Amino acid sequence: MSTTKFLFAGFGGQGILFSGKFLAYKGLIEDKQVSWLPSYGPEMRGGTASCSVILSDTPVGSPIVSNPDVLVAMNLPSLDKYEDSVVSGGTIFVDSTLVERKVKRTDVNVHYIPATALADKNGMPTLANMIIVGKVLSALEQFNEDGINAALGKVISARHANMLDFNLKALKIGSEN
Amino acid sequence: MVLKMADKVLMKGNEAIAEAAILAGCRHYFGYPITPQTEIAAYMAKRMPKIGGCFLQAESEIAAINMVYGVAATGKRVMTSSSSPGISLKGEGISYLAGADLPSLIVNVQRGGPGLGGIQPSQSDYFQATKGAAHGDFHMLVLAPASVQEMADLTVKGFELADKYRMTAMVLADGTMGQMMEPVSLDYDVKNTVEKPWATTGTNMEREHNIVNSLFLSPEKLEEENFKRYDRYKLIEENETMYEEYMMDDAEICVSAFGIASRVAKNAINEARAMGIKVGLIRPITLWPFPKAPFKKAGEQVKSIISVELSMGQMIEDIRLASECKVPVTLCNRAGGMIPTPEQVLEAIVNANNGGAK
Repeated sequence: MSTTKFLFAGFGGQGILFSGKFLAYKGLIEDKQVSWLPSYGPEMRGGTASCSVILSDTPVGSPIVSNPDVLVAMNLPSLDKYEDSVVSGGTIFVDSTLVERKVKRTDVNVHYIPATALADKNGMPTLANMIIVGKVLSALEQFNEDGINAALGKVISARHANMLDFNLKALKIGSEN
Repeated sequence: MVLKMADKVLMKGNEAIAEAAILAGCRHYFGYPITPQTEIAAYMAKRMPKIGGCFLQAESEIAAINMVYGVAATGKRVMTSSSSPGISLKGEGISYLAGADLPSLIVNVQRGGPGLGGIQPSQSDYFQATKGAAHGDFHMLVLAPASVQEMADLTVKGFELADKYRMTAMVLADGTMGQMMEPVSLDYDVKNTVEKPWATTGTNMEREHNIVNSLFLSPEKLEEENFKRYDRYKLIEENETMYEEYMMDDAEICVSAFGIASRVAKNAINEARAMGIKVGLIRPITLWPFPKAPFKKAGEQVKSIISVELSMGQMIEDIRLASECKVPVTLCNRAGGMIPTPEQVLEAIVNANNGGAK
């Protein structure tokens, strides 16, 4: 596919914008055309957060993703809000720790991963977002460590360099679950 | 897989503007926070003290624009930024800058209006930017970026043009362009060589005092100043107009849009082309001076023109004038912070192609 449109959605504080930024950087490093657009409305201030990421082999037109190929839903309101917008044949990733219901659509691929529980179990409670991104990358067959390491180097500032290994571990946990 | 460490970095449009301004030699930034452009101020607050520059959060937008006036009078590159309601507040200062022929850069990351409006993206300050920023006969150079790269490039260009023509350049963006991240490469050969013999930098007791002022009580003198200014505007119209044409060569339908709307329009145009509809895009990059020539040509080439705007229809008036009303010009729009979808634009293109100019 020459263009993949991602929509990440969840609560503010779950690292939604960060995971989108990581994916965008990975795309940039792999020579793709990329765009990243956050929600910046009042919902950012304590409610739901979302961000649109587009990875493409051709120049990105509109950066707005209204019908994602890939939806990452990290809470129930996000799944409720965006489930119907996913393109037919698209893929939905659900944090099954926080979303108890199943996806209703039957024309999409669905992956359930207890990202929040896995994060807690592995002593990295703030990295459920990267666990689910690991799952996304492995499901889309884009889990290559070189690209991942380079992208992590870009999104994690030198001041937080000690977080790099944790993020890599989180991505791996996601890819294996 | 070949991994290439790109020399490009991902930046928000707002940050790209701020960094480009610094690269362009701007060392004075005055502003007051407002969504969706606050990242510009935040970036400047972080960077300016490290490079010997001045970041100052003023007590209001009005204070900020008058600080811009002060620094501009010394000939230094200076800027302010805001979003729609804040730009309205700056109006008086913008007119004074024009009356004193001072170069400056102003960024407007537009949000929905009128009034306090909302914080989502809009293009409804087109009239204000291109025609009526404030009282008196004057124009600003208005530059409309459609990518994060252009947010940076047009900032640099804006400083250069402002100096060259002694006037205010405005980068007219919107909330989407300010908030989105895209790869940018910031590598400029900045021209900062315009002589400013008028600047108030101290006489050293070697010359007469320079006076920077917008008050001319003699109508004869004031008229002369206005005519001189408009001679300069004529030069700008002749030499500085910028636009992009996309698939216009064989187009029978012309879509026109600037900024974020042009990117939505391109998606729709690609889909329409796949359906066999001959449609192209004219994207004004300078909104003032407005690129009249391509629209005049389109008026003789296409069946109709569709103006895609995040407003109730403002640029459409300039399109009608420039195309000399030779073909119907219709509006495809959303307003108040909403953005047209590619599907909406495609529907307008299909309608136009079927001869149904509404």
